[in-house]
Amino acid sequence: MAKKSTGSIRAQRLTVDIIVHTILIIMAVIWLIPFVYIAAQSFRGGVNLGMFSSTFFPKVWTFDNYIKLFTDTTSLDFFGMFKNTFIIACCTCCISTFVVLAVSYCMSRLKWKMRKPYMNMSMVIGLFPGFMSMVAIYYLLKTMGLTEGPMIPVALIVCYTSGCGMGFHVMKGYMDTIPKALDEAAYLDGATKWQTFIRITLPLCKPMIVYQIITSFMGPWCDFVMAKLIVGAEAKYYTVAIGLWRMLEKEFVGNWFTRFCSGSVLIAIPISILYIITQRFYQEAMSGSVKG
Amino acid sequence: MSNQLTKADVARKKQKNPDSLLSALQNGGPVVWLSCLIMGLGNIAAGQIVKGIIFLAIEIVFFAFMFMQGGGISNLSMLPSLGDRPMQEVWNDEEGIYEYVMGDQSLLILLFGVATVFAIGLFIVLWRASVRSGYKALCIKKAGKKPWSFIKDIKELFDSNIHKFLMLVPFGGILVFTIVPLVYMICMAFTDYSTINDKLILFDWVGLDNFKQLFQSGGAIAGQFWDVLGWTLVWAFFATFLNFFLGTFVALIINRPTTHFKGLWRTIFSLTIAIPQFVSLLLINSMFRENGIVNSLFQQWGWIDTALPFLTKTNWARTFVIVVNLWVGIPYTIMQVTGILQNIPSDLYEAARIDGANAVQQFMNITLPYMIFVLTPYIISSFTGNINNFNVIYLLTGGGPNPELQSAGKTDLLVTWLFKLTMNEQKYNLGAVIGILTFVILAVVSLVTYRSSGSYKDEEGFK
Repeated sequence: MAKKSTGSIRAQRLTVDIIVHTILIIMAVIWLIPFVYIAAQSFRGGVNLGMFSSTFFPKVWTFDNYIKLFTDTTSLDFFGMFKNTFIIACCTCCISTFVVLAVSYCMSRLKWKMRKPYMNMSMVIGLFPGFMSMVAIYYLLKTMGLTEGPMIPVALIVCYTSGCGMGFHVMKGYMDTIPKALDEAAYLDGATKWQTFIRITLPLCKPMIVYQIITSFMGPWCDFVMAKLIVGAEAKYYTVAIGLWRMLEKEFVGNWFTRFCSGSVLIAIPISILYIITQRFYQEAMSGSVKG
Repeated sequence: MSNQLTKADVARKKQKNPDSLLSALQNGGPVVWLSCLIMGLGNIAAGQIVKGIIFLAIEIVFFAFMFMQGGGISNLSMLPSLGDRPMQEVWNDEEGIYEYVMGDQSLLILLFGVATVFAIGLFIVLWRASVRSGYKALCIKKAGKKPWSFIKDIKELFDSNIHKFLMLVPFGGILVFTIVPLVYMICMAFTDYSTINDKLILFDWVGLDNFKQLFQSGGAIAGQFWDVLGWTLVWAFFATFLNFFLGTFVALIINRPTTHFKGLWRTIFSLTIAIPQFVSLLLINSMFRENGIVNSLFQQWGWIDTALPFLTKTNWARTFVIVVNLWVGIPYTIMQVTGILQNIPSDLYEAARIDGANAVQQFMNITLPYMIFVLTPYIISSFTGNINNFNVIYLLTGGGPNPELQSAGKTDLLVTWLFKLTMNEQKYNLGAVIGILTFVILAVVSLVTYRSSGSYKDEEGFK
């Protein structure tokens, strides 16, 4: 009797297991379809290189799209865009990482008069839709003379970094978990606050700093709205996002869709890898700052 | 809060003189009063020469800016009218052609006006600081001690005043590139800056007319506004709660002890987050078009005769964006919920098992209450995030399908409509009004919920 019931429980569990795994497999397939499609299309050859093909997998497989992406630079120079974005992303990530660290340190470790007002201010500003002030930022940059020629990358860097003083919440939350006793010990040894910041707090924030560096590095690769507004028609200063966007516009899409796919694959691979690394550091960070 | 001040802080606080502006003006002598006119005089008199000269230089620069040609004063004087000289054609006799003479540009007048107001505000802050600092230095000198030298000031910028040093750049960036543009756009909501009546170069203040236009019953814009607002709320509701419940369900079944390949499933689902949205969503848009791959495959397989109107019929498009948003949003929920599930103390389950609770009872009485408790802020922020979810709508449908003669499409949210109004139609004033109203909606939602949640009241409770 008892044996029978454990047997039926086991059978029941097996059915549930089968159902669960079937659901997961179906969902995984649905989740992967767009990515398989884009990867497959990036190898499509033949006469029609436009958006619409009648088969999911290409009839003619070729590597041409990837080669042409880098060799055919007359109208859209993918390598140039890649270079632009890379430079912008590097500067953005250096500046914004430092700014976020500095602000989080002030919010988490120091007590000063404007601390709470600053936090409330950043919350209120965060409630306005960001696109509202976009036009105004553009005119502001224009009057500063940053929207023409070689100053365009500078304008983009300014755009991506100027608001990062408000993105301190995750880092501050992490710093809050570092015991205050460490700071006090440093003060007793005669350290200044700057020394405490550099020598004590920063090294303890390492996993979170990596997380911050990678997330701010990824920003410029994904932004297409602000970049499109600022860069306008100057193809020389396109970032990858605008370039890929352009490839889907009417004048290009007929010949460039497959190249859009290959460009997307080339961008998506490094970004996904970076993302997976971030997640590892994020989880490490979430498990606490000082162990043992 | 006070128990967190270090001893050094407390000692410094005791040293501090009562040096508010009021007491400086009451107790300070003629030098302090004079330093209200000539900034830095108090510091110079007390021996802090470099600091005094810096204050004086700030004053000189400020007044030079205010009084120069086209400087602060002229900016402010133009602000009420926003300029009234139109562009003129002038006959040039020598060359025998008409020449264009630039008139006023309201846009720049408003921008410079707002910037000047902020410059004046900044100057007042500095002025107050200079008077107080001069008074403080004089008091120290009177007590027979030597006030801080300039080098000491610099050193303290890395120690007790480090927040001033560290916050300077971040706050400056926010002030110039976030607050000033925001105030500028808020001002825009009270003007008639739009393509209507050709007001793109010269425009005027119109008070609350734009708001009236939006709330007027029967008006063309008003109808669209209520339509868009209704859809925005419906969208935010479905997008948030469907994502939350389905995502929680998937996270739970992945987390079951007998589910295999947990890491694999999580990686597959996190791909959606890792790949830039403009790539994946634009691609999905192309797959679901009338002659896209989905329709053509369905037709080849004989499932349908005519293409399905995923993007062209209102209800189809609305369902389509909600469903695709599941594809985008479920992975985020899985990520959040997985972390929380692993944090639920396991002794709760052990106790429940000993008491004879089955799986369903354990879920209803332990897992669910715990998750709701921890995830309430996440649900709120994802609700407000969905109200502002620009990417999904803009990239998937572009707000379409568009009814004739209307600027708002049937899937447009307030944000995407705002974007269209400013970028495509150049009705900046209406865009600004919509931005303000979006702010009001979000503020109400978050005030009601955040304020009553424990984490706001007791920010440092867990320490």
